[in-house]
Amino acid sequence: MKEFKGRVVAPGQVKAEALVSHGGLNTLASFQKALQFGDKNATCGDQNNQDLFGHQMAGKALCLPQTIGSTTGGMVLYCACSMGRQPACMLFSKPIDSLAGAGVILADVWLEGENTKMPVIDSLGDDFLEYVKTGMTISIKEDGVVVVE
Amino acid sequence: MFLTEEQQAILNGSKGETMAKVMESVVRYGELFGAEKLIPVTSKYNHLVTSFGLKALGPVYDLMNKLIEDGAISGQKFSVDPRPCDPNVPKNFIQDIIFNKIMYSKQDFYEGQLKALGLMDDNAFTCACYMDEVGNKPAKGEVLSWAESSAVVYANSVLGAKVNRNSGIIDIMQSIVGYVPYFGLVTNEGRKATWVVEIKTTKKPEAQLLGSAIGMKVMEDVPYIKGLDKWLGTELDDAACTYLKDFGAATASNGAVGLYHVENLTPDAVEQGEKLITSDAKVYVIDDAELQRVYDSYPVMWKNKDAKPKLCFMGCPHMSLEQLKTWTDKVEAGLKEAGNKKVVIPTVFTAAPAVIKEFEKTPYAARLKACGVIVSYICPLMYMNNPLCGKMPVITSSNKLRTYTTARYYTDDEILVQITKGENSR
Repeated sequence: MKEFKGRVVAPGQVKAEALVSHGGLNTLASFQKALQFGDKNATCGDQNNQDLFGHQMAGKALCLPQTIGSTTGGMVLYCACSMGRQPACMLFSKPIDSLAGAGVILADVWLEGENTKMPVIDSLGDDFLEYVKTGMTISIKEDGVVVVE
Repeated sequence: MFLTEEQQAILNGSKGETMAKVMESVVRYGELFGAEKLIPVTSKYNHLVTSFGLKALGPVYDLMNKLIEDGAISGQKFSVDPRPCDPNVPKNFIQDIIFNKIMYSKQDFYEGQLKALGLMDDNAFTCACYMDEVGNKPAKGEVLSWAESSAVVYANSVLGAKVNRNSGIIDIMQSIVGYVPYFGLVTNEGRKATWVVEIKTTKKPEAQLLGSAIGMKVMEDVPYIKGLDKWLGTELDDAACTYLKDFGAATASNGAVGLYHVENLTPDAVEQGEKLITSDAKVYVIDDAELQRVYDSYPVMWKNKDAKPKLCFMGCPHMSLEQLKTWTDKVEAGLKEAGNKKVVIPTVFTAAPAVIKEFEKTPYAARLKACGVIVSYICPLMYMNNPLCGKMPVITSSNKLRTYTTARYYTDDEILVQITKGENSR
């Protein structure tokens, strides 16, 4: 078990299975098919991300350095949250990027209801992404502490 | 964040609850990145990324409805990314039903919303809004609220405008309040290069391959590129701008680049030179072998990797007028050499409606049509976003299209051989 401390971008407590992307998460490429064709598991469709391709993202503790790609990214995250197909939480090793940041803020300001929530912590450090492995259990606390076991 | 009295009043609800939430979104977005203040948007027009009436984007349409109903509308008109459908682009009966009746069934509805929100005109649908023919070309130093990754990186790098990699929805919200947060690429510090890329190739690097390599390496950082002026020259003429358009789109989609500097060529680099490079900048050397390594790393997503291509898309991002003319010459010459009269793979070149209109005024349009090439205003990416196209062997020289779809990437020269001779040299 190991603890990491980051910055709280969107608060919340959650316990979920880790899904780890060592490369940037291309939000549009990852979510587009899932949103378009009613995939409640939000199976990742990004062919370039071998860590995530074909894996369920909904309900997982998504661990990543940052998001990349199309500037629809924030809007896609907003839609995923609105439809209840978002990850249980997003945990960034780096400071959050402008696309993911916008999506998280938009969801927090404009959406209501518990099933739209997605706690987000950033700046967890490179050590975090080196330590955490897909399948591990992650618990996050309100103060930005992430427990990996 | 410091807010002026006017900004604070809006946040407090002086212009209604919806405007207050729009301002809250912009302020919180800025605070996340340490912005100390908001600065005015100074460009004439905005550009939005969301152009498609995709049924799955219900939450976006609900939000747009709320903005319209509550009068939270920008005084700034805007262009928007390309339309997802065009009857001229080849498709079968089932695809036609899926496109128009299922996937993009909200297109007319959403275009109505865009008009209510301030669309420039009925044909302002393109990802390359900065083309002269389109008319949304900001001046150097202007502050924008744009989204669309390829347009943002072009505006910052080639035009010298100032804009962050804004997301869809935030793009219009910043325009509505008339301010953007002061952080990242709109600040002088944020425009400094933290990577030096040295080009040491033996020939002019393929724009979309070079952009892909740099994007995947530097991710969201700013690269300062040395040695590319050897191949592009030191003037931002049509050919250089077209190259940088395609190059930039690949850096932005294969990574998250929002600004690059090309030594002796792009505006910031011409003005400031190596002063733009931070003292701790990392170095990435690109030679022929590195480009080949990147090319070979692309996965082939076709079910049958040896399938004969059924469609070729060129123009993601949309082609320039110069590009349409150049490619007309190339296709004609390729067909002549192969002894063919028309392209042997259905081929679609995409460009902005305003660029197509100008192209059609030239003799090139009839020549290209005679070669069997279709010119369309469509967004190839949106065309391919469905399960049927996922199984379809589509080829392209767009690294952006490759990234987001199952389209297979080839260099421009390889594409030319395939569409004119039917041979695959790879």
